[in-house]
Amino acid sequence: MNLDELRKLREKGQREMMQRSDKAQYRIVVGMGTSGIAAGAREVLRTFIEEVNSRNIKDVVVMQTGEKGYSSKEPVVEVFTHEEKEPVVYGNINPEKAQRIVTEHIVGGVIVEDYQVIFGD
Amino acid sequence: MAGVPKLDVLICGGASCISNHSHDIKDKIHEELKKKGIEDDVRVIETGCMGPCELGPVMLVYPDKVFYQRLKPEDIGNIVENHFIKGRPVAEKVLVSETTRAIIEKEQEDADFFKKQTKIVLSNCGRIDPENIEEYITENGYAAIGQILTSSNPDDVVETIKKSGLRGRGGGGFPTGRKWEFVKNAENDQKYVVCNADEGDPGAFMDRSVLEGDPHCIIEGMSIAAYAVGANKGYVYIRAEYPLAITRLEHALEQAREYGFLGENIFETGFSFDIEIRIGAGAFVCGEETALISSIEGGRGNPRPRPPFPAISGLWGKPTLLNNVETYANIRHIILNGWEWFSSIGTETSKGTKVFALSGKIKNTGLIEVPMGTTLRELIFDIGGGVPDGKKFKAVQLGGPSGGCVPEEYLDTPIDYETLIELGAMMGSGGVIVMDEDTCMVNTARFFLDFTKSESCGKCVPCRVGLVKLYDMLDKIVKGNGELEDLEKLESLCHSVKKTSLCGLGQTAPNPVLSTLKYFKDEYVEHIQDHKCRAKVCADLVTYTIIPEACRSCGICAKNCPVDCITGSKGVPYVINQDVCISCGTCYDVCPFDSIIKE
Amino acid sequence: MSTEDILKGYEAKEENLLYILHDIQDSAKEHNLTDSDLKKVADFLGLPVSRVNGVTGFYSMFSKRPRGKYIIRLCQSPPCYIKGSVNIYEKIKEYLNISENETTDDRLFTLEFSSCLGVCGLAPAAMINDDVYGNLTEQSIIEILNKYQNLEE
Repeated sequence: MNLDELRKLREKGQREMMQRSDKAQYRIVVGMGTSGIAAGAREVLRTFIEEVNSRNIKDVVVMQTGEKGYSSKEPVVEVFTHEEKEPVVYGNINPEKAQRIVTEHIVGGVIVEDYQVIFGD
Repeated sequence: MAGVPKLDVLICGGASCISNHSHDIKDKIHEELKKKGIEDDVRVIETGCMGPCELGPVMLVYPDKVFYQRLKPEDIGNIVENHFIKGRPVAEKVLVSETTRAIIEKEQEDADFFKKQTKIVLSNCGRIDPENIEEYITENGYAAIGQILTSSNPDDVVETIKKSGLRGRGGGGFPTGRKWEFVKNAENDQKYVVCNADEGDPGAFMDRSVLEGDPHCIIEGMSIAAYAVGANKGYVYIRAEYPLAITRLEHALEQAREYGFLGENIFETGFSFDIEIRIGAGAFVCGEETALISSIEGGRGNPRPRPPFPAISGLWGKPTLLNNVETYANIRHIILNGWEWFSSIGTETSKGTKVFALSGKIKNTGLIEVPMGTTLRELIFDIGGGVPDGKKFKAVQLGGPSGGCVPEEYLDTPIDYETLIELGAMMGSGGVIVMDEDTCMVNTARFFLDFTKSESCGKCVPCRVGLVKLYDMLDKIVKGNGELEDLEKLESLCHSVKKTSLCGLGQTAPNPVLSTLKYFKDEYVEHIQDHKCRAKVCADLVTYTIIPEACRSCGICAKNCPVDCITGSKGVPYVINQDVCISCGTCYDVCPFDSIIKE
Repeated sequence: MSTEDILKGYEAKEENLLYILHDIQDSAKEHNLTDSDLKKVADFLGLPVSRVNGVTGFYSMFSKRPRGKYIIRLCQSPPCYIKGSVNIYEKIKEYLNISENETTDDRLFTLEFSSCLGVCGLAPAAMINDDVYGNLTEQSIIEILNKYQNLEE
């Protein structure tokens, strides 16, 4: 690994990130730090994967990340679309709520405001 | 349309509003905006159900936070003209109700939680996939180590860290650059770099979060440190209670080796460095640096006297650089953005940001990162949302078992290393535990002493014996057997333990007692003189009584009483025999009619 | 894996002692370290048995007592205490009929305390083997324990 190779890797990553969001209409990211897991994030992640698979939704990817720090809102789930830069953030998600997010947001295209956490500027 | 603020118009797209023709409203708005030529200034968004369906169709206008109800297409022209253009909401259609307030307040709280933060250490946490090194690289990962290996010498790196003003985030706040300099200047062919991830302070979990969420930034920070001080081997000491952090870091280390960021000839510069993980086994004292070193060596985690400091004689007697997770997490940002940038954040003596863990009686719990110099009030009330359930704030505990409790009147103090020590608390690792009126300060002091006395390694007398004595004295007060002169004895013993203990554990363990004595002495006196615990926590000072008028003689209290001290029968109010009662509170909890009082 | 097999995976260096002890304890049926294990470890590392014993006794996560299949580590940190960990403790005691450091008769659960599990934002918390549970209530802890009990049936 030298500096040039690192730069190429970085650029490749940045390109892929653009492509990834081009290809996938939605990216569902579940916070999988210990706080998230302790609040039930594992079941939530599993539900998303199962729902997406069983409904055979093609243009969605389900991914994991660490914790955002908002413990009282764990499990935290973010939904990215390729149009919007900022994700929709959902808090206190459980498997039932995850199903509703898939039905209403991913399939229906309407944000489930009941579960939404609003970011500042 | 200069001067017109940018507006977001949120139209409810819930089923109920749609059936009330909210789409007609939306079309009408677009039509009016177009007519007035202000389509670019107003963004119209259809949202999910906002909740107050009976008032539909509803619409929320930001940033004004104006909530319109029962809209009809013919209202829109007026709203666009007067509100969107002239900035005057159309009062007769505006709803100010509990619902509106709830919606707005909820969003406000969420917004404040993020708005007041500055993320450096946590910048990648919760954003990237911690198990994918390429995501880290995409976020400029390993660019800092690449840059210094190819274009800086170790002296420059140490100088940069010194000038940045970064201080150790593990507790003491020793200037990081100076520590690096000591190790760099130590003459030896073998040196080590160690990361203290034995996050033992109860109430702190930022190190875990960073290791789980952004493990590569620690690897990079340690690599930069190793180059600067001349080490080729590193250890991360993680507590065994953090299995996920261990797994994620192991995985990250493997990936870093695979990509050539660890190992031989890194960035083709001839620099070699590798890191191993060492795991603790449940001993709080191992967070102390000399104890941590003996634990890595495979021994009991006994502290040893300093000097010699680890910088001169650490692991296996070799010069060793020891920093904690959060300190290492700052390094790559300082290299990439420059020391000037870093030192522009924070206060005169404390630069950069600090991650705090909010817990206890606070609405928004979690990890937050703010510039040094932020006040406790901003932390607790603006970001943390204050105390829940309408309870009154009493104190905030900072710095874990080594820290102290700060009362309301000092909440406007800007926090840095120095101001907290002046207040009798300390930065520690950044645990912020909020206590409300239901917390007894004497009991809290006893709780901390119970913790430190059982975590004392037992090597030195002041800590081993002194802490037990302190605990016993507090226990006596909590049980209602204290005497006023105990308070003086308590204080003087605290000072002796602080002065004479061998390591940081004993030297700081009395702090929770001293700070509560300083700010909440009246609670101690009440326990002693009036046999009263105002928070109604200390069981021996609390009595439970059944109000005869309210008692419905259901007998549930008697059935649940563990010492069978409640008697009564159908139609006759039940009575607690105070001589037998152990004040466990079971009856109080189970009474379905709230007929029992606690005082 | 037998103690001998575990030892084969390590270099005979004292710095590996904690790792070795963790490994043996984790793979032991009753999650504990026996005197015979400690003797083997001491011989392997060329250390006096007393030294290995001393290390075992120093760290709260090592146990010479046999323990249950699932070790419940109830967090005793101040945030958990303030949020009512005592009630959770009482509930576990009542439900499983065990106190601190005791094991249920069916050898399924051992109850231990931890100084802090680092999930303070979700206090009160507990860990059962490697899984962490937060926001515990007197009801949820029973549901969680039931989940483990049902795994056995």
